[in-house]
Amino acid sequence: MAEPITITGPAAKPRRTPSRLRNLFAERQVLFGGSFILLLVVIAIFAPFIAPKDPLEQDLMLGSLPPAWLDGAEPGYYLGTDDLGRDVLSRLIYGSRIALLVAIVSASLAALIGTILGLLAGWYGGWADRIISRIVDIWMAFPPVLLSILLVAVFGSGVHSVIAAIVIIDWTRFCRVVRAETLAQSQLDYVTAARTAGFPRMKILTREIFPNIVPILIALVSLEMGIAVVVEAILSFVGLSVSSDTPTWGGMIAQGRQLIHHAWWLLVAPLAVLFTTVLAFNQLGSGLRRALDPVLRR
Amino acid sequence: MIAVSILNRLIVAAVTLLGVAVIVFVLLRVVPGDPIAMMIAPGASPADIAALRARYGLDLSLPAQFGVWLQSVLMGDFGTSISLRRDVLELLLGRLPATLELAFAALIVALAVGGAVAVAGTLVRRTPLEPAIDAINGVLLAVPDFVWALALVLFVGVFIPVFPLSGRIDPTLSIDFLTPFYLLESLVRFRLGVFFDVAAHIVMPVLALALPLATVITRILKEALLEAMVQDYVLLARLKGMSEMRLVLQEALRNAVGPALSLTGVQFTFLVGGTVIVERIFAYPGIGNMAIDAVINRDLPLIQGLVLVFGAIFIVINLAVDLLAAALNPRLRHG
Repeated sequence: MAEPITITGPAAKPRRTPSRLRNLFAERQVLFGGSFILLLVVIAIFAPFIAPKDPLEQDLMLGSLPPAWLDGAEPGYYLGTDDLGRDVLSRLIYGSRIALLVAIVSASLAALIGTILGLLAGWYGGWADRIISRIVDIWMAFPPVLLSILLVAVFGSGVHSVIAAIVIIDWTRFCRVVRAETLAQSQLDYVTAARTAGFPRMKILTREIFPNIVPILIALVSLEMGIAVVVEAILSFVGLSVSSDTPTWGGMIAQGRQLIHHAWWLLVAPLAVLFTTVLAFNQLGSGLRRALDPVLRR
Repeated sequence: MIAVSILNRLIVAAVTLLGVAVIVFVLLRVVPGDPIAMMIAPGASPADIAALRARYGLDLSLPAQFGVWLQSVLMGDFGTSISLRRDVLELLLGRLPATLELAFAALIVALAVGGAVAVAGTLVRRTPLEPAIDAINGVLLAVPDFVWALALVLFVGVFIPVFPLSGRIDPTLSIDFLTPFYLLESLVRFRLGVFFDVAAHIVMPVLALALPLATVITRILKEALLEAMVQDYVLLARLKGMSEMRLVLQEALRNAVGPALSLTGVQFTFLVGGTVIVERIFAYPGIGNMAIDAVINRDLPLIQGLVLVFGAIFIVINLAVDLLAAALNPRLRHG
């Protein structure tokens, strides 16, 4: 809530000051999460240059090799090979492409839809708010598992359906938060001032209120990316994501689960990468939220 | 008054279930791809296709199709599974008990573990142990259950292999089960050898489902307990000389359990949702595992039946939670 005494105009909106930026980097969560995600993005983009082997190249003579530090390892295969002799490290590196693709695309689309509807509901109120809020309530009452079974059954398998399913299920997360935040912002003095100054309503929403919602939005997108990575892994684990010849973390986990008594490292490697990635997105998201959200910071 | 509110909730539940039925019907009828195309053998004549269409009512208008479909569903006719070529209701009834045993066993374990840790955390409050418990709980809370279940596979399966990692019962053990509730039935009939085998098979999936729920219960219950511990009635009891343990268990717990229980109910629906992937990971023959196969095979009649069953389970859980909350909270009961 705003201080009742001070009158804040649009010019007095919280600006990102250098000290605030320093706060952001001082936040250990952001540092850990951000640098890991950055590293992952670089690895995904430059996968062909970084991966030591071709992720699809099979060599049955070199099947089920253990990682480099165990007995029986073969030089050059740092994390060992799967039962078909494919290099685990290279497959992990290429698998980051699908994971990040799904995370970025689905989280951005869900954020886009949810933010537009949330802004409209929170700012215009009235029947727009009633309709949008009711849709969100009904949507969220539907258990995600049921909805994803239905959606994947409708769309068929493939990376497009995975993205569509995540967007269709999770836009409500953004809508709810953005609506509440818009509602809270619209009670503040700078909005009243802008209104008194005769700014058009739409302009107040896009130029004044929206920039103040961006920080919380960034945090939510980061958290959503963590969710999306897990959903993609689950769907490729059960064979409903991309075709099985494309390396994915979920597909590698499925393979590792089957060969658990035979070659346990096939499960450890992708599981560790998946876990760290999700953790990094979560840390980044909650760290950003803590650093940027004025309510939580206080 | 109570009767009216119960009736009210029952009506809401029935309407919600109807809504689920409409959504299922609409979504699966707009599926890209003809359901008949998946049933026919290659080279079927147009007359055969038309006959199949008429048999499944696909030549009628959509609302009429919905009427026909709803009527048959209400009569217990869910159609025939395309991939398994068996009656859908029969398949569902055969698999549902396995999932119910799994879900309820997980709920009980979660309540026991979560409750015990919350009480322990309250007893050691303001000691160095409390932040340790909170920190471990916080980390576990952040782990998605998919990752959790696989981590269990890894640790218990590879490093200390005590429990079987897949299936529901050792296939060489044969006992003529009268019901599909293997765990309960073997216990009731006192076939302990069989019971221990079924129990050993269920341990891993139960842990995978129960521990995430336990962490949630711990957090909510501990918060409620800490709040209750500073209330006047606890202070009074302490002045009377009650031991700390009795203060927590007899005084605080009674008042803290209400809010924790209703949140547990909501979380229980997530647990049931989680059975889908956990059953898959542990090759446990329940309806969740079946749902994934049905989606892979695009077996529409089976998917319809499964979604309706899951929908009904969620609605029943929510109803039970509402009624339980009303029974526990005098204000709601009279309101």
